[in-house]
Amino acid sequence: MIHLDHISRIFTVGTQEVRALDDISLDIGAGEYVSIMGPSGSGKSTLLNLLGLLDRPTHGIYKLQNEPVSSLDEEQQARIRREQIGFVFQFFHLIPRLTAFENVELPLSLNGVIKEERAQRVRSILDSLGILDRASHRPDQLSGGQRQRVAIARALVVQPAMLLADEPTGNLDRRSGREVIDILEDQNRKGLALIVVTHDPDLGKRARRRIRLEDGQIVQDIRNDQTLPLEQ
Amino acid sequence: MSLRDLFLFSLRSVIAYKMRASLTALGITIGICSVVILTSIGEGIQTYVVSEFTQFGTNILGVNPGKKTTMGIPGAIIGSVRPLTLDDAQALNRVSGVLAVVPAVQGNVQVEGNNKSRRTTLIGTGSQMPYVYKFELALGSFLPADSDGHRSRPVAVLGAKLWKELYGSKNPLGDRIRISGSRYRVLGVLKPKGEILGFDLDDSIYIPAHHSMVLFDREGLMGIDVLYSPHASTKELTKGIHRVMLARHGAEDYTIVTQERMLETLGSILAILTLSVAGIGGVSIIVGAIGILTITYIAVSERTSEIGLLRALGVEPRTILILFLSEAICVASLGGLLGLVLGISGSFILKVFIPALPIAINWYYLVLAELIAIFVGLVAGILPARKAAKMDTIEALRTE
Repeated sequence: MIHLDHISRIFTVGTQEVRALDDISLDIGAGEYVSIMGPSGSGKSTLLNLLGLLDRPTHGIYKLQNEPVSSLDEEQQARIRREQIGFVFQFFHLIPRLTAFENVELPLSLNGVIKEERAQRVRSILDSLGILDRASHRPDQLSGGQRQRVAIARALVVQPAMLLADEPTGNLDRRSGREVIDILEDQNRKGLALIVVTHDPDLGKRARRRIRLEDGQIVQDIRNDQTLPLEQ
Repeated sequence: MSLRDLFLFSLRSVIAYKMRASLTALGITIGICSVVILTSIGEGIQTYVVSEFTQFGTNILGVNPGKKTTMGIPGAIIGSVRPLTLDDAQALNRVSGVLAVVPAVQGNVQVEGNNKSRRTTLIGTGSQMPYVYKFELALGSFLPADSDGHRSRPVAVLGAKLWKELYGSKNPLGDRIRISGSRYRVLGVLKPKGEILGFDLDDSIYIPAHHSMVLFDREGLMGIDVLYSPHASTKELTKGIHRVMLARHGAEDYTIVTQERMLETLGSILAILTLSVAGIGGVSIIVGAIGILTITYIAVSERTSEIGLLRALGVEPRTILILFLSEAICVASLGGLLGLVLGISGSFILKVFIPALPIAINWYYLVLAELIAIFVGLVAGILPARKAAKMDTIEALRTE
């Protein structure tokens, strides 16, 4: 599903060039469960931003569903994000003035889904994540775990092909964190590609495929507890 | 995103910051409100002035003595001015299209009657005055037809107020009164007519023009008012008057003032008045616009992370622009609407407390004011909305 071909992302800081991603090639199939780990500044977030079409590579080709997407214009990329990619953030990024229901409804409105269908889809996803009774609460009336579940509901409601999670448990206590992971893995079992960026080794270990980044390069790509040779 | 959803989303943002939004909108509200009230008063003054000038009928023109001209030869004979006479007035009566003429002389006199005395305005006039100015009689009759010539009898008609002052409710008909020492017989009393631009027509006494000229030792009339048929063209009529007057005076030593001209002059004065009123309102609207500009900038930087989220959810920069623009427009137009409501009710309240103040609400201005408010929101919103649209998604998402 995802095909990265010799991708580099170079930032210019002052006069210095920083290679956040250095010639990375990577394939991720539909329905995979991948964790991306590595020390700070290793390029994890940059990789996630690239995968989510929030950023463009300096060099290389990114193909999504066999279609080169990194060269698409802003509007076409926005459309792909809207329809195929779900994001889950460390700090939830819920809109504070909207209720849980309205936060989840937002991507459907953006996709032009009619009101009746929206209501039905939002209810069913909130129900499946166990927060239907919180539908009319605003984010400040919800606990951290509930907020992240609302955020996940918002990502899932458009039925994306992949879910990109950036430290999804980074701002939660252990129990809520585990609940959130349960939900994400459950969705993965139903066929959703799940890509998690994390510092937390316990969380990272759970993934069937573990990618380790250092200095913008993939230094480890392990599948099924079995070390795979480095792609180079 | 459908327009309806987009609008609802903007509206939600505005409602979420009620206090802030309403304070910002207040600038626009005050601007629109003042424009509404001031234009209402302006409109009212205009209607008032026009009706003041047309209350005697609209088909009247005046012939006044003298003409403003600059001559090449100082003190030459051609510069002399002949007085307007009663004979001139009689001659004008024969111009085709003319229905009636009223000679006019005005002055201040001492009137004694019923053992009382009062200083009042004396108006020397002719028999057709009530017909021309639409005056009605309360008692008796107006000056007889011979009052138009040089052999008029010493008779007088009292204004309603003068009658009250001198006679109370007593019938004055046939009574003899003294005006500056001369005796006149009271023929009638006029019904109240009110004031024209502060001049009380009811506190006046009316006598034949010839007598007033003798009384004030005047050679000529102060003016002649001509009532003409509504079907006559002003142009033809003026031509006819010129012909007669030139034949009698030999030169154009008089001025014809048509009501159209008078209203034109008034109109241009009032236009300037309205313009300055609009200027005052405009200044407060600009202040309001700056308020909206500021608040939208603040909203954009406060909601940076929300903008990042919207971008991640697949909202195009263009839609972000429209979102913030429509928020600014929303605040401005709500402020404008409130301004309209306050302005209209303010106008009505003013009318209740100051009934004399002429107020007329012009719906055209109201619609215009609201359109201006919307436009102001649009203009004030553009810069901050562009900033929002241009924001870097990753940076925005990183912002707390």
